[in-house]
Amino acid sequence: MAFFLETLLGGLMAGMLYSLVALGFVLIFKASGVFNFAQGAMVLFAALAMARFAEWVPKWTGTSNTMVATALAFLMAGAVMFLVAWLIERLVLRHLVNQEGTTLLMATLGITYLLEGLGQTIFGSDIYKIDIGMPKEPIFMLEGMFPGGVLVNKEDVIAAAIAATLVAALSVFFQKTSTGRALRAVADDHQAAQSIGIPLNRIWVIVWCVAGIVALVAGMIWGSKLGVQFSLATVALRALPVVILGGLTSVPGAIIGGLIIGVGEKLSEVYLGPFVGGGIEIWFAYVLALVFLLFRPQGLFGEKIIDRV
Amino acid sequence: MFYRENGQYKTSYRADQQIFPISQDRIAIALILAFAFLAVPMLASDYLFRAILIPFLIFSLAAIGVNILVGYCGQISLGSGAFMAVGAYGAYNFFVRVPGMPLIPSLILGGLCATAFGILFGLPSLRVKGLYLAVATLAAQFFADWMFLRVKWFTNDSPSGSVSVSNLQVFGLPVETPMAKYLLCLSILVVIGLLAKNLVRSAIGREWMAIRDMDVAAAVIGIRPMYAKLSAFAVSSFIVGVAGALWGFVYLGAWEPAAFSVDQSFRLLFMVIIGGMGSIMGSFFGAAFIVILPIALNQALPLLGNLVGLEISTAGISHAELMIFGALIVWFLIVEPHGLAKLWSIGKQKLRLWPFPH
Repeated sequence: MAFFLETLLGGLMAGMLYSLVALGFVLIFKASGVFNFAQGAMVLFAALAMARFAEWVPKWTGTSNTMVATALAFLMAGAVMFLVAWLIERLVLRHLVNQEGTTLLMATLGITYLLEGLGQTIFGSDIYKIDIGMPKEPIFMLEGMFPGGVLVNKEDVIAAAIAATLVAALSVFFQKTSTGRALRAVADDHQAAQSIGIPLNRIWVIVWCVAGIVALVAGMIWGSKLGVQFSLATVALRALPVVILGGLTSVPGAIIGGLIIGVGEKLSEVYLGPFVGGGIEIWFAYVLALVFLLFRPQGLFGEKIIDRV
Repeated sequence: MFYRENGQYKTSYRADQQIFPISQDRIAIALILAFAFLAVPMLASDYLFRAILIPFLIFSLAAIGVNILVGYCGQISLGSGAFMAVGAYGAYNFFVRVPGMPLIPSLILGGLCATAFGILFGLPSLRVKGLYLAVATLAAQFFADWMFLRVKWFTNDSPSGSVSVSNLQVFGLPVETPMAKYLLCLSILVVIGLLAKNLVRSAIGREWMAIRDMDVAAAVIGIRPMYAKLSAFAVSSFIVGVAGALWGFVYLGAWEPAAFSVDQSFRLLFMVIIGGMGSIMGSFFGAAFIVILPIALNQALPLLGNLVGLEISTAGISHAELMIFGALIVWFLIVEPHGLAKLWSIGKQKLRLWPFPH
């Protein structure tokens, strides 16, 4: 039982991280109708920027306080992501307005290659570490209930807390600020939003920027767990089933989808994996999402697809 | 001046419905085929065969397959790499396990394995649409990656999933030299390309296009969505499967599951989009573009670096390649979202009026 709980908790923590990446997808898809395949590359790019700035800032400023250096690095990486968002809007999206979904998808795949190459050219292609001061030692919970207790990584708990905070902050931003309202208006109807004077181009920059920040946070957490390296870009492929499971247009969907996929993946790997040779995590997530899609083709919380002739 | 259809009267339905109704087109195609079959084997070097021509032919074949599914039937698929893998490993199993199995039947049987796999993973398309389906097809990709790595039976119990074939023969003739391989690929490509071209302009091809344009409307006018979608998956994955088998048998010779990774799927989709969705001709253009571009970049970048006095490291070159590749794709999509086939047809239109455009 304790083992089951441990697996479950591990799945939930992993799921939280998937949600973070999925959130980036959903934000951009909602606001601009672009299925942003480059989200994974953005995570890699942001994490690389963060890791290298954390290295460079002490050299440039001479500060020895790691907290200050990390905070500065975070801000600078955020600025870089803003620049990336602005450039993408300026150079790519602006010219592809009104194109089909497939074309936009392919364009983001092109951006993926571009960002992967650029990130590694500027920031280097070794394995880097991000140290944001997360404790590594595990803690034991519920020792009264099970012999030996349930093992939980403190790191995972903090990561989940950061993710939850980010999600809460985002939902406040979307619900309460005027920019957030403008974003929701654009998501509902581009034309109507434009007709009441919402500048579409600026909104897109903001959305890509927010997605960039989300990517930065995701990259920071993944990076401090596993180190920053090229394989971080493939995290997008792990997050895709989350996106379609939750629904392409739903923020809560991304969160709940992430949790379902995280738990499903871990439980299947532990309980089903040994029978079929292991390593089933990746495709199991997709098959799980497919099973949900068979019952709700638009995802759990997606907008109902209505076809009219 | 030379490219006119004036005066070419059609006196029978047969003449009216042929693939190339303009006689200049027929002559051009005949010349291209003669060049490809006769002149190229005499002129090309081994390097040209191995690095450019054979990959180009195989990828053209695969791109035709993907184009049928994505371009004609409108079902975006990111699982083409998996269909290639199933084709390759299926053909391998028939080739190795059945004693005395000739090459061509095992290629076809490999294609049929891919067909079964494609229909299985095409089933969600009956319920799931658009981008959701695109992501769902990734399930096929990752499942195939896993299957050929972990299920030892498929790879004849080799520990890492890597397999190799040797002693290829067609009708008693050995297929060992690059030229023989080229001719084998070319013949298969011509046959399947002709079949595909005829298929997409027949009743079933029109059904696919109706489904692509709007599946509900197609269902209303009496097209069975299930039959149309699954047949597109079947035909497409057969062609992609044969291409995968050729890729493994003829181009690689020895391969492992990583040869058919998700990157391969993306590359095939790029070919279709850049070449032109819904165009057999476009598949060739797209394949040529994607095959030649990395090689050209690889050759040109160090030269450029030397020119400006920069020594670029190997890693730097591969990163620069990635960047330029990505940038070119984005640029291409902005400039010509309908692909190279569109440019081709614009060119043809212009040529008709040349030298006196209105």
